[in-house]
Amino acid sequence: MLEIKNIFKTFNAGTVNEKQALRGVSLSIADGEFVTVIGGNGAGKSTLMNAVAGTYPVDEGSIVIGDVDVTHLPEHKRAKYIGRVFQDPMMGTAATMQIEENLALAKRRGKRRTLRIGISKAEREEYRELLKILDLGLEDRLTAKVGLLSGGQRQALTLLMASLVRPKLLLLDEHTAALDPKTAAKVLEATQKIVERDNLTTLMITHNMKDAITYGNRLIMMYEGRIVIDVSGEEKKNLTVPQLLELFSKVSGSDEADDKLLLS
Amino acid sequence: MFANFLNALPGAVSQGLIWGIMAIGVYITYRILDLSDLTVDGSICTGGVTFVVLFSSGMNIWLAMLIAMVAGALTGLVTGLLHTLCGIPAILAGILTQLGLWSVNLAIMGMKANVSINVIDKEMLNKLLVSLRFVQDVAKGDRPFWQHPIFVVGVFTLVIIAALYWFFGREVGCGLRATGSNPNMARAQGINTDVNKVIGLMLANALVALSGALLAQYQSYADINMGRGAIVIGLAAVIIGEVVFSKIFRNFALKLLAVSIGAIIYYVVIQAVLSFTSINSNYLKLISAVVVAIFLAVPYWKGKYTHVKVTKGGSSHA
Ligand SMILES: Nc1ncnc2c1ncn2[C@@H]1O[C@H](COP(=O)(O)OP(=O)(O)OP(=O)(O)O)[C@@H](O)[C@H]1O
Ligand SMILES: [Mg+2]
Repeated sequence: MLEIKNIFKTFNAGTVNEKQALRGVSLSIADGEFVTVIGGNGAGKSTLMNAVAGTYPVDEGSIVIGDVDVTHLPEHKRAKYIGRVFQDPMMGTAATMQIEENLALAKRRGKRRTLRIGISKAEREEYRELLKILDLGLEDRLTAKVGLLSGGQRQALTLLMASLVRPKLLLLDEHTAALDPKTAAKVLEATQKIVERDNLTTLMITHNMKDAITYGNRLIMMYEGRIVIDVSGEEKKNLTVPQLLELFSKVSGSDEADDKLLLS
Repeated sequence: MFANFLNALPGAVSQGLIWGIMAIGVYITYRILDLSDLTVDGSICTGGVTFVVLFSSGMNIWLAMLIAMVAGALTGLVTGLLHTLCGIPAILAGILTQLGLWSVNLAIMGMKANVSINVIDKEMLNKLLVSLRFVQDVAKGDRPFWQHPIFVVGVFTLVIIAALYWFFGREVGCGLRATGSNPNMARAQGINTDVNKVIGLMLANALVALSGALLAQYQSYADINMGRGAIVIGLAAVIIGEVVFSKIFRNFALKLLAVSIGAIIYYVVIQAVLSFTSINSNYLKLISAVVVAIFLAVPYWKGKYTHVKVTKGGSSHA
């Protein structure tokens, strides 16, 4: 479903701030796979996701989603295939627009926008039903401005928007990191529900090793712009946090793992 | 003095309504797209001179106004392309266009500083949709009330508000609003934010140019300086409208109406200042600038000292 071949990304090339964020990342994800991504701060996780989403172009390598080579497509064209939830709860929704308007925008992701009505009556009913999945009481606040919602509510709404039109690929960038533990758990639960319901191919970044092991059926770890660990199947299921830490020290050749990886 | 003010009131309201159309254009860029577009100082003049030149040459008045609007849309296109295609910050892009338009506007007038409509010619006068003279004519009973500029421009305003209300409720219009509200989110939903910004700037400046065309008719001439400080009047109208009506006008159409009324209030206040004080009218621009600066600062101060902050998505908020 996703075929990343040897991508490189350097920020501020040729300046003192030069930063090689991706150094030859290759990754092949099969249809329906749910991959969790871990790694220390600055390992390149977000950069990888942004490269796939097209936030910026890569310097080298190619990215293919399904059978479409998206390497040179702008972000808004790739949106047709990708559903995203950002690390920052403010990023994924339009604060000055209503909940239902945000959903209606997501409903039209990847379609040509015409002079047809922006949101129909039938849609409203659909959204009301869908919002119930989140269990946050948003179904009764369809016309509330999104700016009035809490970070957790906004993140949950963004998740719903990302999956409103079935994406070929769902990208979640630490989407629960900014939330309090209770809300985070709720949003993660909703994530699991939606991914299973629609059998979505998913890439989820997390700083929580336990979550990384619990969720999904494959786990990768990044370190200094490379993928250094890639486990799946039974091996991943039986993984424990200490094992993972040990594995990391081995590949990275250091035992700074404890400091670098935020643990739960 | 008071009689003086009352006499001038219909004129002030007419002018306010005309400038209100420009202010609605400013609202589209400033509030909906979250862009500060300084093209307007130039494009209102472009609308005015284009209209006068075409109309004076015998063109049908509606066609002349339409072409003036197209000219305005083109100025928005230039600013939009400078901003999106060339990566120039929106404010600077607008300033560049505005500067360039100074020459273009002169060229449209055949390198003259002003052009006028020959309103001594009764036939010409009667073709106009609005004119300062009609204000007096209606008062004297020489013309029916529906030729009063307040009525004519009022109808224009309502039609424009209705059209915009319709447009911004459509898929494309919602995409435009999302672009202004949170460009990151918009792109993630497959919206081409660059194209939307250009469309918004074109739409806004078309309205600004229409306002220029109406203003030129009203005063029966257009000159190279007619747009100077227009952006400030536009912002003043937007802000006055919001300050006065934000509590009661929630609906989008009403918000646009508030902008128009804001422009009227602005002109009535200016008229009052002129009628009741002996201030030199050359100080009006200074007064306008100060008043707008204060109105822009008040929300900021409020937020700073009362710690009520509304969270807004995205990163680029001017
Ligand atoms: N737009 C950018 N401009 C310059 N440098 C950047 C940019 N984005 C990321 N970087 C740098 O690239 C490196 C990788 O960053 P990235 O955001 O991918 O890390 P991450 O693994 O997501 O870390 P975190 O867990 O902190 O979110 C970092 O050193 C970062 O400073
Ligand atoms: Mg990150």
